[in-house]
Amino acid sequence: MRWFWIDRFIEFERGDSAKSVKNVTLAEEHLHDHFPGFPVMPGSLMIEGMAQTGGILLGEINDFEHIVILAKVPQMTFHSWACPGDQLIYSAKITNAGDEGGAVDVTAMVGDRLVAEGSIIFVHLDQSDSEFGAIDQKNFVFSMNLLGILDVGKAGNGQDQA
Amino acid sequence: MPTRDEIFDSVRETLVDALGLDDDEVVPEATLMGDLGAESIDFLDIAFRLEKAFDIKIPRGELFPENIASSDSGFVKDGVFTETGIAELREKMPHANLDTFVEDPKVEKMQDLFTVDMLVNFLEARLA
Repeated sequence: MRWFWIDRFIEFERGDSAKSVKNVTLAEEHLHDHFPGFPVMPGSLMIEGMAQTGGILLGEINDFEHIVILAKVPQMTFHSWACPGDQLIYSAKITNAGDEGGAVDVTAMVGDRLVAEGSIIFVHLDQSDSEFGAIDQKNFVFSMNLLGILDVGKAGNGQDQA
Repeated sequence: MPTRDEIFDSVRETLVDALGLDDDEVVPEATLMGDLGAESIDFLDIAFRLEKAFDIKIPRGELFPENIASSDSGFVKDGVFTETGIAELREKMPHANLDTFVEDPKVEKMQDLFTVDMLVNFLEARLA
C-alpha cells in the first residue's frame, strides 16, 4: 500500500485554499476490518487525507523548500461517515502560514453531506536541522511521488476538472 | 487598547481551546508545560491563536525564544545558564519573570518561565 490518501486535486489556489478528491473503494484492504460487514473510511485516514491536502497547499507556498509535517490536530469533529462508492471532497483553507509552520481549516464532504470538519497544524522541518537530520523524506507529504498528485488533476480527456 | 484583564481573559480562552483545559485551571502563575500540560508543539498553536485573537503577528522566537538553551549556544555551562546566558534571557524575554529562576538557573527549569502571566505581559507590551 502506498501512503496516498487523496486521489487528485480539483482546485488549488496558491497560498489560500485547495480541494482534493478521495474515492473510497471496497478494494482498500483496511475497509474489510474497519468494520467487518460495515465498511467505513477510518476517521484517522480522512484526517491524513485532509492533512495531505493542506500540507501540500502550505508547502507549495515556499516551493516545497521545507518538509511540512502534521504536528497537531487541535480539533476535528466527525458528523457522518464515508462508505465504499462515496467520493470524499477534502477542502483546506490556510488560516496561518509563517516561518515555523502553518494551520489550515479543513472539511470533508460527500456531496452535500458534511462528514468531518476541523483544523490541522503543521510545522516546518528543514534538512539542515540537526535534530531531524535522520528523517526519511519518503514518509512525508513532499516526497516526489506524492507531489505527482498535483500533476494529475486532469480528466482522462486531458481537460482540467471543474 | 485592551486592559490587562481583557488580555488575560483572551489568553485564558486561547489556552482552554488549545490545551483542552477548564477555565479555572488557567491562573496567572500557572506554567504552560508543568501545570497546564502544554508540549512544545502546542506553543505554535498558542502563538497562532494569539495572533488571530489580537490581530497581531508574533515573529518566530519572540514569544518563546529558541536555541538559547542548547549546549552550543554559549549561554549554558554544565546544564546551568551562565551570567551571559541570563543576560541573554533578560534581553530576549523581557516578558518573563526571572526573579526566582536566577536563584537556580538550571536549563531544565527554563520551561517554568513560560507562564500564563508571561503571555499576558508579552501581549500587554505588544499592544501598548
